[in-house]
Formats: sequence, structure tokens, C-alpha cells
Amino acid sequence: MDYQVIWFILIAILFIGYFFLEGFDFGVGILMPFISKDDTDRRVVINTIGPFWDANEVWLITAGGAMFAAFPHWYATLFSGFYIPLFLMLLALILRAVGFEFRSKMKETWWRKTYDQFIFFGSLVPALLWGVAFTNIVQGLPIGADKNFTGNLLAILNPYALLGGVVVVLIFMLHGALFLSLRTTDELKERAEKLARMLWWPVGIITAIFAILGYWQTVLFEGLGLIPGTLPALTFISFIATMVFMRFRLQGYAFASIALTIVLGTAVIFSGLFPNVMPSSLDPAYHLTVYNASSSQMTLKIMSIVALIFVPIVLAYQGWSYYVFSKRITRDAIPRD
Amino acid sequence: MEVLEIARWQFGITTVYHFFFSPLTMGLAVLTAILHTFYYRTNNPEYKRLTKFFGKLFIIIFALGVVTGIVLEFQFGMAWSEYSRFVGDIFGIPLAIEALLAFFLESTFIAVWLFGWGRLPKGVHLLSIWLVALGSNLSALWIIIANAWMQVPVGYVLNAGRAELADFVAVMLNEQMLVMAQHTIIAAFTTGGLFMFGISAWHILRGNQVEAFSKSARIALVFTAVSSLLVATTGHKHAQHTVKHQPMKMAAMEGLWESEQPASFSMFAFIDQKNQTSSREIKLPYMLTVLAYNNLTSEVKGLKDLQSEYEEAYGPGDYLPPVAIVYWSFRLMVGLGILFILFSFFGLIQWWRNKLEDSKKYLKFGLIVMFLPLLSNSLGWIVAEMGRQPWVAYGLLLTRDGVSPNVSSGQMLLTTVVFTLIYGLLAAVAVYLVHRYAKPGLPTDDEKVHAY
Repeated sequence: MDYQVIWFILIAILFIGYFFLEGFDFGVGILMPFISKDDTDRRVVINTIGPFWDANEVWLITAGGAMFAAFPHWYATLFSGFYIPLFLMLLALILRAVGFEFRSKMKETWWRKTYDQFIFFGSLVPALLWGVAFTNIVQGLPIGADKNFTGNLLAILNPYALLGGVVVVLIFMLHGALFLSLRTTDELKERAEKLARMLWWPVGIITAIFAILGYWQTVLFEGLGLIPGTLPALTFISFIATMVFMRFRLQGYAFASIALTIVLGTAVIFSGLFPNVMPSSLDPAYHLTVYNASSSQMTLKIMSIVALIFVPIVLAYQGWSYYVFSKRITRDAIPRD
Repeated sequence: MEVLEIARWQFGITTVYHFFFSPLTMGLAVLTAILHTFYYRTNNPEYKRLTKFFGKLFIIIFALGVVTGIVLEFQFGMAWSEYSRFVGDIFGIPLAIEALLAFFLESTFIAVWLFGWGRLPKGVHLLSIWLVALGSNLSALWIIIANAWMQVPVGYVLNAGRAELADFVAVMLNEQMLVMAQHTIIAAFTTGGLFMFGISAWHILRGNQVEAFSKSARIALVFTAVSSLLVATTGHKHAQHTVKHQPMKMAAMEGLWESEQPASFSMFAFIDQKNQTSSREIKLPYMLTVLAYNNLTSEVKGLKDLQSEYEEAYGPGDYLPPVAIVYWSFRLMVGLGILFILFSFFGLIQWWRNKLEDSKKYLKFGLIVMFLPLLSNSLGWIVAEMGRQPWVAYGLLLTRDGVSPNVSSGQMLLTTVVFTLIYGLLAAVAVYLVHRYAKPGLPTDDEKVHAY
């Protein structure tokens, strides 16, 4: 296996980790206004992801940095091509972060309501935009001979891509609801469980429509073939398993299943793309591939060594932090204002 | 305005804004860790309250450093895609390592520390704040490795229209990086120290919890005195390195139009870039040669000679950076640096004479001085970045060739305006919150746990 392939897999893993982890904290942020009955509830909901959301976001920063180092052309084309969507995403992420940090620093209702909006939109908008962005990538983008994106914003916001955005938002909501059911107690926990069961159907139906349309809309099945094979089948099974586990009130297993669905679904997208990283809709000769977008062998080799040493360390201490804060958040744990 | 100009403004605004907060968090992280260590060793609850108090201010500032950091990482690809294609093979490495090594450490352990009061063994809890301090300073180190390569490219070969890595160790141990990193990181300690001193002075002046805040004031003073002195010595070394490796930047820093041997040091000048001359200049003879080469005889090259040299090497063009900005930013930065040394050493003397708490004027002055490092830090970056112009990677790629070709000036303007407004608003909120949380002083009763 050459280094380009290793780094393609590593970038895929970073995005998989990002969607798995930030997926539930985006979901929690989107659900926060609806699942809470009062301010204490809202604070409980926010504190379920309190110690985690920041480090989850670092998965994205690392994915971006790794892409810059290993595939500079992929990074440059993607980031300059999606200029406005990424701008909106940055705004959302900025407001979301200060939302968490500043919200409960003041008692006033207007203050908290403002920051609640930041948290809600700050979670909704990036989730939607990631769906839109990845759908666009698998649809193929107008990339020219100079490797630059030549399209416009309206083309990016095409109906199928927006449907992709909705799919991601819905899956993250389900993911978030299941996370909440594991991290809360009493009424809040029951509401989260109920919500997760309610969300499963729309998630399933809309994702199915999106996947079937994908045969016409995306380049994925050119690589995967008509009968897509093991990965998509496992994705499907793990999604079904989510519902089965919810029926038996096995919330932990249900959460693991939906997480697996996200992991496998993202893997399907990346494996369908390979060896391309950004297919061009203008001419197959302009496809950005792992080979024409990559850094030199030396850079890839050095980065591989760095990743080999430090990724396990990061996983170990990040995992440990989840263990430290594994206790459910109760209403009593929230300090009085 | 051209896309290029707007993109440069956007980058400058984001970087300077980011750099208001980052050095403060780097310095405060170490100071908070020191306070926590005092608590760990003495078990004195006063230190615990001080730790929590400054930790709370730290976290407000930290949040803004984090969010602007993401913008910076995205901005290379969004607004400077051609730059990214050209340097990614080398420049991407420290950026990726920064995220993997530093950001994960910082973001995981800041949460462990904040939410960990009463939940963790005491030693582990103390370790977590030290890991935050390590993480935030490591991140500075990696970004400086990246920036140092833009200043003095090393360990590369030009291949297929881009710079490719030839020698990893050379990039990691770039001498430019070593001088820059020392200077920048230690300056962050001064920034944190003066901030902690200012907050402490404020409470001492108001007669609020004087005993506790005298402790933090003293810790901050020692920290500032040592670091501000080292900022000066490392800065001196940095400049001596610049004269050799970026002579054009040095000439601009000194407003030196003609080569001089030995060169005199300019104290004051009206700089006329158009006519390539300065007027009403006050000069100290020999001084620049002494500072630059540590002797009385060496030549320091002037802007005009360097311009002809560059034209010979790189073809016709204007290779002069904006001289007046670089010249005055440098002078102001150095002046502030000297002020910080004098200020902190005066404080040490007052402490020795047992008069620190009674020196009202001095403490009041501290309330102003605490904000000045924000200015001197920014000025330092302005010297480094403006002094490198017109290059984005010195001698290899011009700034104007780095900008994204497919982003319109309208898009660039929109994002610049919105980012600037948001930054302004958030800064106002942060200042308000810091003020609000700093004012009452130490928490009286012990909160059970931290929660958002």
C-alpha cells in the first residue's frame, strides 16, 4: 500500500471520528430547545456535552490540518471552492463555542435566550452544511484543469445536496437524542428515549430516498457497483439494529448502533470516492485523485510516523476523559443561579 | 478594492485579533497552573480560591482564542488556496501536528480541569492544568515553526511548481524558528503576568481581599520581571538573526535607506517611501552596527542597495516592505518592552522595601500597563509579517500570487466585514464578562462543581 492510500484512509478516519463525536454534540445542540422544559433542563442538556464538545471539534481541525499536509490540492480546492458555505460554518462554530462558554455566565433571560439561539443554529448550520458539502463532492464539482472550482453558490445549494444536508441533520438529531438518553435521568431521559424512537422513522425514510436517488445523482455507485456490497449492507443493518435495541430499551447498544451507522456511512462515501478525492463534473481528466493532489512521499512518510505515535495517545486520553465524566447529569448537579 | 487587498486585511485582522487572546491564554495557563501548584503544596484554601478566580477569567479569554484559531486554519485554504498549494507539502506538517499534539491536549484537559474540581485525585487534577499550559504553549511552538518557514524557508526543493520537503529536521529546527519561538512564547508570559498583576492591583487598590491578592500580585511580579527581561534578550538575538537572513526586513525596521558602515541607529524619522528618503532623523552613531553585529565595524545594508540586489536575483519589481509601518511598529514594540522591564523591577523594589500595597500610583499605573502587551504583541507580529512583504514565503512566492483565484472581491469583502463585526462584538462581550467576574474578587464559598 502506498502512502497516498494510507493518508486517504487516515483522512477518512479523521472525518469518521469527527462525525461520530461532533455528530452527537451537534444533535444535542439542535435538540436542546425542544427537549427542555425549563432553564435547568437546558443547562442539564448543555452539560451532557460540556466536557466534550471542544475536543470533539478538534477532530475537524485535525482533519483540516492533515488534509493540508497530506493533500494540499484537496485542501486548497475544497476550502476555496466552498468559500461561502465554510464561511457560514465558521460563523456558526464561533457562535456555538461562545454560546457554551458564555451562556450561563449571566442570569438575564434575554442573555440566555440569545446564547440558546447561538447553540441551536451553531449546531444546525454546520450539520446541514457538512451534508451539503459531502453530497456535492460525491455529485462531482466543476473543477477545471488548474484544479480550481469554477462553480457558484447556487450550484452548491442544489436540491439533492440540500437533501443530503437534511439527512445529516436528522441522523445527528437521532444520535444526539440517544446520547442524551445515556447522559440524563428521570423525565429528561424518558423524553430523550421517546424522541429517539420518533426520529428513527423519518431518518430511515429520508435517508433511503437520498440513497436511492444517489444512483442517479452521485458518482459513488460507479465505484461501488450496482449492488453496493458489504459496507452499505452493514450500514443498513446497524441502522435497523438501532431500532431493535431501542425497542428493548437497550439505550447503550442503540447509541453504539447509530454511531456505527454514522461510521460506516461515512466509510461508504470515502470508499465510493477512492481513488478520487474530488471528482470533476467537467472532465474525468480533471478529477483530483489521491495521487495528483498529494504531498511528496517524504512528507507523507513523516506524517505517517507522527500519526502512528500520537493518534493512539490522543485516543487514549480523550477516551479517558469520557470515562471520567461518565456519570449522568442530574438536575441537582446544576448550581443555582 | 482588489481581492488581494481585502484578503490581506482579513488575514491581518483575524491574526491580530487571535493574537490578542492567544498570548494571554498561554501566559495565564502557566500562571494558573502555578497558583494551583501552590494550593497543591500548601493546601491553603486561599490559593485554591485564587486558582479558581484566575481560572475563570482564563476560560473566558480562552474561548475567543479557540474560535479565531479555527478561522485561521480554514483561511489558508479559503482565501489563500494558491499559497496552500505551493507550501502545503511543508507548511501543512506543523499545522497538522499542532492540531494532533497541542489542540487535543489543550481542549481535552481544559475540560478535565474545569469540570474536575472534587471529582479527580488532587495530583491528576493538578497535572491536567499543567497539560493545558503545555498544550497552549506547544501550539504556539508549532505555528511558529510554520511561520518561521515563511520568513526563512529552509529544507525544501522546488519541484512541480511548489516547495517540497527535502530536510524535515532542518524545517523543525530552523534557526529562525528558535529565535522567534523563544521571543514569542516568553512575551506571552509577560502578557499573562501583567494581566494577573493588573487584576490583583485593582483589588488591592479597592481594599478587597488584599491579603490574597498581594500573593497573586507578587507571583505575577516575579513572573513578569523574569520574562520581560528575557523578552528583551531573545528579541535582541532575533534581530541579529534577521539582519543576516532577512536584511530587507531589518533595513525597514531601521528605516535605513543607504547602506552604512558602521551603521547608526535611528531614534526618530519621518519616512518618505515614495522618494526613498527620511527627514528630521535623530541618529546614534555606531549603535546599529553594535546591536546588529556586536562590533564597531560591520556594514548594515540599506533598502536601496537591497532593492537592486533583489531585482538582480528575482527580476524587476518593488521589493520594499511598507517602511514607515515596520519602522514605527518596531520602535513602539521595543519601547513597550523596556517599559515592562522597568515596571516590573520597580515593583520588585517596592516589594523589597515592603511598600508594594501602599504604592497607589504604581498600582494604578498597573491597571493601564496590563493592557499594553496586547499592543506590543500585535506590533511584533506586524513587524514580522509586514516586514516580509512583498513575499508571503520569503524569496519564493509573492503575496499577490498566493490568493485564491476563484473567490470574488464581493465574497471576500462580505466575509471580512462580517468577521470583523463579530470579532468586535465578541471582544466587547468578553471584556464585559472579564470585568464582571473579576470585580467581586475571590469566590467566598466553595462552589461544588463547575457547570455551563
